[in-house]
Amino acid sequence: MQPLLDFLSQGGYAFYVWSAFGMTFLLLVAEVISLRRSRRTILRRVGRLARLHTQNQPPGEQ
Amino acid sequence: MKINWFKYASPATFYPVAGRLVPIFGIAALALMLLALYWGFFETPERLGGSNPQKEYYRIIFIHVPAAWLSMWLYLVLAGWSAVGLVFNTRLSFMMANAVAPTGAVFTFIALWTGAFWGRPSWGTYWDWDPRLTSELILFFLYIGFMALHSAIDDSRRADRAAALLAIVGLVMLPIIFWSINCPDPNNCAALHQRSSLGNIESNILTAMLTMTLGFWLYSFATAFARLRGIIVLREQDSVWVRELLAVDGGAETGVGGTSGDGRQADPRQPNRGVRA
Repeated sequence: MQPLLDFLSQGGYAFYVWSAFGMTFLLLVAEVISLRRSRRTILRRVGRLARLHTQNQPPGEQ
Repeated sequence: MKINWFKYASPATFYPVAGRLVPIFGIAALALMLLALYWGFFETPERLGGSNPQKEYYRIIFIHVPAAWLSMWLYLVLAGWSAVGLVFNTRLSFMMANAVAPTGAVFTFIALWTGAFWGRPSWGTYWDWDPRLTSELILFFLYIGFMALHSAIDDSRRADRAAALLAIVGLVMLPIIFWSINCPDPNNCAALHQRSSLGNIESNILTAMLTMTLGFWLYSFATAFARLRGIIVLREQDSVWVRELLAVDGGAETGVGGTSGDGRQADPRQPNRGVRA
């Protein structure tokens, strides 16, 4: 237990060290999540438009 | 052997290539970052420097310096693709520039934020209007300005060219940041960004720092290519190949468009928040 506590306290500078690393972690994770969500949104929107478009076309015609 | 580089300048050709690269770069980035964290926290000394050493808080170096490097390199990439786009008028170049910008802004913010939390214990202040800090802040505003300008112009071709011009003009900030060290004699001032060279750094610290830099680079590739794919689909949505790609399975080939069969969730009138075209 003590080694873990020592590690977390970072010699008394825990606030500075973990604020820096924590914000970096949060930002990178948030960027990945927002990328996945925006990709899903784009594919849903554009895919729906694409299907509408092909349904309106008689088969065999381009 | 002659390679036709312009073949890959077509969004239709590059879209699947980017799709294969994203997971490769993403996994490699994660592995390198974890390795760098392990090395930085467990294989390095607790003190840095001689008579008046930096204590444990110096470990912020393992994200601060790589993020600051990335913020400048990614701006170089952004301006480079903008210039290529202006010269050759290739759509994909502008899309690349747009795909890089948010990641660059993220790393610029990380550099500023981690710098503040390093500056407080070592310089006694979170922020100071020192030349390097100020010019890095301006770089952050340049990224924001690039994205804001691009999204403010409806015609995407005009938006491309206007934002590209801004990016190229903003290049002037890079040498300013690089040479903005205001402490020529380290004996006279506490240490607002002392002149340093990589050769003087303890090798374990250097290893962790360079590993993290490589991890950040690969992360940037992964996110930029992922964003690029979204931009390509949005901006080429009237082209035949996008229609054929999405009409078949609604993008299910990517493994994330699973709800595409449920049309109720999609509202074409809704502005695509968080999506940059």
